[in-house]
Order: sequence, then structure tokens, then C-alpha cells
Amino acid sequence: MFQFIAKRLVQLLVVLFAVSLIVFVLTSVMGNPVYLMLRESATPEEVHAVTQALGLDKPLPVQYGIFVKNALSGNFGRSYMYHLSALSLIIERLPATLELVFVAVLLSAVVGIPCGVIAGAYPRSLFSKSVMSLSIAGISMPSFWIGMVMIYFFSLYLGLLPVSGRGEVGVFLGIRTSLATADGWAHILMPSVTLALGNVATIMRLTRAGMQENMKQDYIKFARSKGVSRFRLLFGHALKNTLIPVVTIFGLQLGSLIAFTTITETIFAWPGMGKLLIDAIHSADRPIVAAYILFVAVLFVFINFVVDILYVFIDPRIDLR
Amino acid sequence: MRTMNETGVERSVGRQGELLLEVRDLRTYFHTFKGVVRAVDGVSFDVRRGEVLAVVGESGGGKSVTGFSVIRLIDDPGRIEGGQILFCGRDLMTLSESEMNRLRGSEIAMIFQDPMTSLNPVYTVGQQLEECFRLHTRMGRAERRRACVEQLRAVGIPNPEARLNNYPHQFSGGMRQRVVIAIALAADPKLIIADEPTTALDVTIQAQILRLMVRLVREQGRSLILVTHDLAVVAESADRVNVMYCGKIVESGDTRAIIDRSAHPYTDGLIRSIPSLEVDRRRLDTIPGIVPNMFELPEGCYFAPRCPRARDLCRVREPEPVEIAPGHAVSCHFPLEKSSSQREEVR
Repeated sequence: MFQFIAKRLVQLLVVLFAVSLIVFVLTSVMGNPVYLMLRESATPEEVHAVTQALGLDKPLPVQYGIFVKNALSGNFGRSYMYHLSALSLIIERLPATLELVFVAVLLSAVVGIPCGVIAGAYPRSLFSKSVMSLSIAGISMPSFWIGMVMIYFFSLYLGLLPVSGRGEVGVFLGIRTSLATADGWAHILMPSVTLALGNVATIMRLTRAGMQENMKQDYIKFARSKGVSRFRLLFGHALKNTLIPVVTIFGLQLGSLIAFTTITETIFAWPGMGKLLIDAIHSADRPIVAAYILFVAVLFVFINFVVDILYVFIDPRIDLR
Repeated sequence: MRTMNETGVERSVGRQGELLLEVRDLRTYFHTFKGVVRAVDGVSFDVRRGEVLAVVGESGGGKSVTGFSVIRLIDDPGRIEGGQILFCGRDLMTLSESEMNRLRGSEIAMIFQDPMTSLNPVYTVGQQLEECFRLHTRMGRAERRRACVEQLRAVGIPNPEARLNNYPHQFSGGMRQRVVIAIALAADPKLIIADEPTTALDVTIQAQILRLMVRLVREQGRSLILVTHDLAVVAESADRVNVMYCGKIVESGDTRAIIDRSAHPYTDGLIRSIPSLEVDRRRLDTIPGIVPNMFELPEGCYFAPRCPRARDLCRVREPEPVEIAPGHAVSCHFPLEKSSSQREEVR
């Protein structure tokens, strides 16, 4: 176990190095932030002074060296736009994104898995067929379009839900979150459904396929010959054997949900990390972009690490070594 | 062999004991795209308390489907089309699925062919065994655990306390089949259906497992339906034998009667294709041809195309079962008539 964790940490460092290099090269060609920061009538001297102040006059490898040195001490630089530490800006926006992702993940699990289980156990039923068609729709409709359609229907036409924003924020266990207020829930509903739709569909199909496979196995028949009830058979015996691929995809999705809330957050003007990233890209705010991507890379590695450990609990035949 | 013959007669006379299972005109069909397969077609037989009934025949003869039908575990596209399955006087065909579930495991249990696949890989052996006690008894947690240990000990698994926490993949094939037997017998069922229980095992342990199973069945006066294609297994352990061919029982009777005085040419063919240690022969006898396509069964007797004794009548009319001796029935227009001494000469 210890060896496994140590190995994962080394992997993390390698990943971070590669990611930081890519991020740095890409952001350096993204455009010159100096012109965005200054007035239009700035003199060449002023431009030169700002370029020097930001350290942009040095050759790229040197800039990278400085960036890595600072990053190692937790300093990703100050945002060119906000003049605040890039990392603290991201951390500040993190709860808003995480609560969105949390609800989306909850939806994928609570809706996706049971639907998949039942559809897989009765593949010829009408339910199974509707699940299949709906999930095709869920996967193929782009989330920004669904988001807009929902805003039109639920907010503008029916007037049931707020159009955008995060709503009232309450404090729960010391964390400021919109999940603590009813208004917050009303606000989070549409963005999280938008975000979750594709995942629900994927999880549903994956679970269904796995269940169909597992229900044919001898151990299911043997369990039935013991007199195991239908419910226990599906959710106890068959589902646990189906979970390995589902958990893998779940982990990957969790990462991409966190990373790609950008679209949903933009549509619903949700003040999360994704919105921050989009704004930062527009203004060539390199420190924020770099810090964000590195942060997401760490998240990805961490989630996969947790998934790998989960495997052992699900399937005893898997050995971490 | 000849002395065994007498005991065989005694057994047939002494076939007493209460009826446990009566199967009447059971028909299980599979509705496939290509057509209907009548896997079990009008099968009737009895099982008495404490009796071991062997169901033999080639692959595709409907042996396993018969076994699965009795416990009503036939899945789509299969369906039990008709007939009665009277267990302790109750017709299982009339029970609901939840009533059936109460019966499964506690009254009728199954042992499967391949122990590598019949245990759930993600639960410990203890959890799977305990489930039986949880479903069918009112035992408390500690009591269940004790019962599990006892049960594993009874099937000869060394160090049962520690083994309870192991997963199936940590057991060898033979040990797993012992676990399967332990699970099947846990809730003290009256009838056990064993579907080729030793076929998937290493030859060296087949006899061990078979003897263990038969001993545990007989010790408690339970009944066993032993589905197998291995006549050596039958000769060693069964009281009675049903020979199945293409979904029908072609011959049934006491084990010795079937083996020593087989009347159906198919049974005779099966027996002749067992290698014998006593007689040195270059080639083993085989039954010519293959089992007919279940979609296009021949007219008349299904065995006629492969039968060395078939005549015109056999290709036209289906033979009805006829009792040629007490408890010995055969479905053949021209049954073999020979004593066991003639059999020895033939061999």
C-alpha cells in the first residue's frame, strides 16, 4: 500500500512537470497581456516598463525556470487583471464549482446506476428501451444547447426557476455554499442537470451493459437457486460485479466535470472556477490559466488514485501491486 | 458384476419411501429465432425420499433443462409450457416467484457444474454461505457464523474459521465445489439437484467430490437428482436412472437393471462406449452418428437414424414407454432382451 502511494506521488510529479511545460508554452503564445493591461494610448516606454515588471522580456526558458521556482513554493504569480494571487482566486471560486459538480455527480449516481441496473436486468422491457433512447439523446445533445433550452422553458416560459447566478449562499459546516439555502437549490438545479445529463446517460448505458453481461453468469443462477430475492440479486450480487468499469468512468467523469464546468458556468453565469478560466483566457491572464490547469491536473491524478484504491474494495481479485 | 445384479433386484423390490417429487408430463420449450426447441418434451418421473436419481444422456438431451425446470430456473427464451411438478404434494407450477424463492435453497437446492463460475467472485465464501442461513433460518449473527464454520468443516475444508474470510479465487477447483456443496446443503433442503457436479473438476478429485456429495445427501436422508453423462458416476452412486434422449426419457429403471439389462439400444450404446479395463480392445465402441438437430427431429423414434436395430416401424411411429420389468420402463418398439451373462459375452 505504502509503495503504491509512493509510486503514485512520483507519477504525479511527472504529470505535473509535463502539464506545466505545455501550459507554459501555450499561454506564452496566447497573446501579449501587456496590451490588454494598458490604455490604448500607452507610450512604448510604458509598454517596456510593464513588460519588464511582468518579467516578459526574459527568454522563454528563463521565464519557465522562474515560474517553476515560484510554483514550487506555492506561488503561481499574481493575476494580471485582478492583481491578486492566482491560486487564491481559484481556491476562492472552488466551492461554487464543487457544489455544482457534487450535485451533478449525485444525479449521475442516483439516477444513472439504478436505471442502468433495472434496464440491464430486463433488457427487453419497455423501460430498458426508453432508457436506451433517452440516453442516446442525453449523450448526443450538446450541454450548452440543453442549458439554453432549459432556461427558456423553465425560467422564461414557466417562470419556475431563476435564470442564472448562484443565489443565496448559506453556511454549512463552516463552508459557504448555496446548497444550504432553498434559493441556492433553486439556482443550482438547472446548471447541475445540464452538467450531469451526459454523465447520467453514460453511466446508465455502462451499468446496463455490465448488468446484462453479469446476469447471464452462473453465480447469478446459483444465487437464485439459494432463494435470493430479486432486489438483492440485482443490487447485491450483480451490481457489485458491474461496478469496476462504472467506477473507472465515474472517476474520469468527475475530473472532467470539475474541469469542464466552464461551459455550464458560462451559460448560467455561475461564479465558479470555470467562469474564472474563461475570463482569464479572454484577457490572456497567464498566471490564472497556468494555476488553473495545474490545479485540475492534480485533481485528476488524485481522483484516479482514489478510484484505484476503490477497485480493491469492489473486486478482491485486484491487487494494487 | 453378477452378484451386484442380485442386489439390484433387491433394490428394485425395496423401492419404498415416501414420494418427494412427482414430475408429470413436463414440457420445457425454448423459443428461438430459428424455431421452437422442445428441450424437455413430456417427461414424467418420481423421486422418493432418500433416493439418488441419475439423469443421463448425451449433451443436448435435456438433462440439465429437466433439473433447472424442477427448481423453475428457466430463463428466456425458455419456458415451462406445461406439466406438473409436485413437490411434497404441492404443484410448484402454481407458486408465485416469491413463494418459489422461499422454497429455493431451503427445500430444493442446486449444485452447479463449474465451481469456477458458480461462486460470486466479489464476496467472501463466508458471506455467500451466510446468506443461506440469513435467508432461510432465524439464526443470529454469531450463530450464523458458527453454522458456517460447521458447514465448511462438514465438507472437508481445512481450517474453516480462517477460510470463511477468503474469496472464491483463493480456493482450488475442488475446494470451491466443496464450498458450493456446503452452500447448497446449508439450509437443509430435502431435494438437491446436481447438474454435472464433477464434470468441470480435475479427474483425480472427481470421485472424492462425488462421494462426499452422495454421503452428505444419504446421511440426512435427502434426495438427489444427479444430472450427468458419466455412467461410471451413475453406477457408483445412483439408485435409479433416467436415460434421456432428445428431450424424452427413453429408459428408466434401477441402476443395476439399466446397466446390466439395458433394453433400449441407446442405453446399450452408452454403456458400450465406456472403456473397460478388463477387456483389451483397440477401438472403443461408439454410437454412430450425432444427436439430431433439435429443430428437425426425425419422425417416429428419435433414435431410429442412429439405431442399428431400427426397422420401418421405428421411422414411422413413436414408441410409447412400456414397463418390461417392475420399475423398468423403456420406450422402444424392439427392446433388447439379454441377460447379464450374455452381456459379458458381448463384452
